[in-house]
Parts: sequence; C-alpha cells; structure tokens
Amino acid sequence: MASSPAIHCRDLTLSYRRHPAVHHLTGTFAPGSFTAVVGPNGAGKSTLLKGIVGLVRPDGGSIEVTGARRSDIAYLPQQAALDRGFPMRVLDLAAMGLWRRTGPFRRIGAALLREVEAALDAVGLSGFEERMVGSLSGGQFQRALFARLLLQDARLILLDEPFAAIDGRTADALLGLVGRWHREGRTIIAVLHDFNAVRQHIPKTLLIARDPIAWGPTSEVLTEANIARSRGLDEAFDSDAELCERPAA
Amino acid sequence: MTTFNLLVAPFLEFGFMRRALIGCLALSLSGAPIGVFLVLRRMSLMGDVMSHAILPGAAIGFLLSGFSLFAMTLGGVVAGLAVALAAGFISRTTPLKEDASFASFYLVSLGLGVLIVSLKGSNVDLLHVLFGNVLALDDAAIYLIASIATVTFLAFAFVYRLLVAECFDPGFLRSVGGAGGAVHFLFLVLVVLNLVGGFNALGTLMVVGLIILPAASSRFWSESIGGQIIASALIAVVSSYVGLVVSYHVAVPTSPAIILTAGAIHALSLLVGRHGSFLRQMLRAQHLRG
Repeated sequence: MASSPAIHCRDLTLSYRRHPAVHHLTGTFAPGSFTAVVGPNGAGKSTLLKGIVGLVRPDGGSIEVTGARRSDIAYLPQQAALDRGFPMRVLDLAAMGLWRRTGPFRRIGAALLREVEAALDAVGLSGFEERMVGSLSGGQFQRALFARLLLQDARLILLDEPFAAIDGRTADALLGLVGRWHREGRTIIAVLHDFNAVRQHIPKTLLIARDPIAWGPTSEVLTEANIARSRGLDEAFDSDAELCERPAA
Repeated sequence: MTTFNLLVAPFLEFGFMRRALIGCLALSLSGAPIGVFLVLRRMSLMGDVMSHAILPGAAIGFLLSGFSLFAMTLGGVVAGLAVALAAGFISRTTPLKEDASFASFYLVSLGLGVLIVSLKGSNVDLLHVLFGNVLALDDAAIYLIASIATVTFLAFAFVYRLLVAECFDPGFLRSVGGAGGAVHFLFLVLVVLNLVGGFNALGTLMVVGLIILPAASSRFWSESIGGQIIASALIAVVSSYVGLVVSYHVAVPTSPAIILTAGAIHALSLLVGRHGSFLRQMLRAQHLRG
C-alpha cells in the first residue's frame, strides 16, 4: 500500500452550541498508526471521529487529513444510529461497501458478488446472505457492518465503539480483523471502553476528557494517574460558562 | 345483477368512470414507491402535512384563474416545496424538531388555504379542493397524473440505490461522497408532485390515504423494499377499483370509498398478513426446535 493517511489536529476545538466537546487538541495520528481513543462518557470521543469525517466542523483550530481523499475514509458510527429493522438483505448491506467502485448506478456483477460473499465469510456470516438485516442479533449485525468495512478497502478506518454490546468471542474475532488491517498499513482510530483490550491489542492511545489528558504509546497513557484525572470530568455543561480565553496556538 | 354488470359494466357504459379508473390506477402505481419510502423514513405523517401545505398554493392559483389545472398545480408545487424546505431549515437551525416544525406550517397552510378559497369561491369549490372530484377528471388532469407517474418511475429507477442508502445510513452515504442532500430533496419533490397530481382526483385531504395506507399495509406482506413496493401498488390498485365500483352502485362519494377500501385492506393486513400480523404472532407462539 502506498503512503498511509495521517491526521493532524492543531489546537482543535469541536463544539455543540459553543460548548466544547473536544477542547484544544493538538497532535498527529501518524501514518499507519493504530490508536485507541478512550475517556469517560461525554469526553468528546465520538465528536472527534465526526470531526475527522467532516460531520462536525471545527470552531477553533484545524483538522487535516493527509494522504487520503474523503472516499478513502471508512467510518463506522455507533450502532444505535441505524434502523436495525430496515428491510434489506445482509448481502445488500455488505455490498454497500463496494460504493467506491459501483457508485450509485453501476451493476454489481458476478466477480463483485463473490467479493461480497468472501467478506461475509471473513466475518463469520457465510450462509446469512439472503437473511434480512432485521433477523440478525446485535453481534451479527455488527459483523455485517464489518463486512461492509472490509469491502470499502479504506486506508483510514474510524470505528466508534465497534464492540459495544457484543460478546467477547465476536469482539475478539473482529479485533483480529482490525489487527490485520493495521498490519496492512492502514491508519486506524477506534473509540473503545475496555481498557484491558486496549492494553493488549492497541499500540497507541489518546485519553481525552474534553481536554486531552495524554496521547502516546498505550502503556504510558493508561496509567492510574491519567485515568484518575480523566474521571474528574464534570459531564454537565456549565450553562454559564465564560468564553474560553485560551489563546489560539 | 350479474357479476359483469356489477364489476365491468359501469366502466364500459360511462366515460367518466373509465377516466376515474385510469387516473386512480396511475396514482396508485406512482404513489406506491413514494409511500413505501415515506414509511421507511418515518415520514408517514409528513406526507399528510405536505398535502395540507399545497393547499394555499393551489388556492392562490384558484383565486387568480379559477379551476385552472395549470395555475392550481403550479401553485401547489411551489407551496408544497416551500413548506418542506422551510420546515426542514427551521428544524436544522432551531431546537424545534422536524415534526413540530412541519405541524406548525401545515396548520397555518390549512387556515390560509381555506381562507383564500372562500374569498372567491363557494363551499362547493372548497369541498372540491379538499376532497377532490374523481368523477370529473378531464383529459388534461389525466395527462398530468400520467406524466407525474412517468416522471416518478424514471426518477426512482435512477436514484433507487442512492435513496435506499440515504434512507438506511445517511452517514455512510455522506462518507463515501454520495449526494445525500440532493437525493432527499429530489424525494421531497416527487412527494409534492404526486400529492399535487392526486389532489385533482381525490382532494388534498384524501390523496395521502391512497399513498400511505397501502404502503403501511405492504410491510405485512413483504420483507424487502421491492416486494413492499409491488404489494403497495397492488393494494392501491385494488382499493381504487373497489372504491369506484362501490361508490357507483351505492351512490356514496368516491374518494372516501377508495380510502375506506384501502383502510379495510390495511385492517386485513394487520390481522392476517404474512409478516408480523396478529395471526402470525399467534402462530409463532409455538417455537421451533433449537
């Protein structure tokens, strides 16, 4: 794979109604890196991913993706956002991953169809092709979304709590798949909650609690002291908060 | 009375019955994909709202040039789109949710529409606009409905994959650079066109029934989007035909007869449909082995 994509955040602030969800973040997700984003609820983890995809605009600082066009980015949002009862076959869901090659109009021929079947096989959903999405369990649905990611063949992959509400065996299998993507030189960012899994499998970690707490090799970031600091985050907005006076870098 | 006299003769004997049938069939077919996607997008009530929203536009057309098909159609399309866009804009830029914002607009539209019609016309005119007059469709109205059906089919064939993707996972479509916003807008245009086409026949208040009722019933008969569109079209066609026949023989108003037939089929679907109906849920009580 040619050069891997990188993401540069410079004094980045992302907010909802001027209340910052990500506050003055500076740093780089290096090319080919595999980074876990961890932190308490409301820490801005999902917002950061949305900012990278361009769904939330920075209202301070900048965010720049180098080495990847927009269509090279695969983004897996939190599962709750999708209608699980949508009348669609598992095959069709996975085949959406071919979008870059088929676009809205081109036909999905026999060769592409075989690729879709192979992707479903890789996530352990062989034989589910004709099943309706609504008949899948939560874990199976997540596997189907991973099959779609696999077909997207993206060089920058953003995962928002990909293993929430799925069993350990499925999580391990999918984490294995993500590890393979990492070895293929793709740049990966995953929002996760399970510190043990992060320590075991993910080389880099960004710990945020609205403000960045620590960012670097996982073993140096996930220390007791840092985790305790991140828990100090007061989730509620201060509705009388004053304007942030920190000068732009 | 023979079956032939009951079911076929009215259409052979009277031109206005044939026209009504043709108009309703075209509306049924073109409304089917519209209705299925409205239901899928949880916009069933939005259809209702937009049908009210076209009223003041049609009424202004009526005020300016009487029962001119062109003026009322143009007015309806403009007003419907304006309300859809304005309501969408307000829900995106203020804390008001889309349904509340749509509701406010349609209540105002309804009041405005009724007021404008009564400025010039009589109560009969008002009834015509609100409830339609399917037995008085002229050539121009039929051509209009047929053209709208044709445009609807072509547009759906063209953007089907985009529309499904936008409906299921708009974030995904945006991330692969698909034109989600444009597709949504095109869909709104098609909804307004079908409502305007339908209001000549069934009236602004009734036309939504022929679009939403079959679509809401169809999910009890098929699990796939394609299957639901076909089921929806069939249900709408049967409702139109049965409604016309009933209204002819029993001498009741046509639009309510059509809508009530669709309502009866909906009740039947709820009770005995193939997927998720009460009957199916009772049968399923006995579970499979392992």
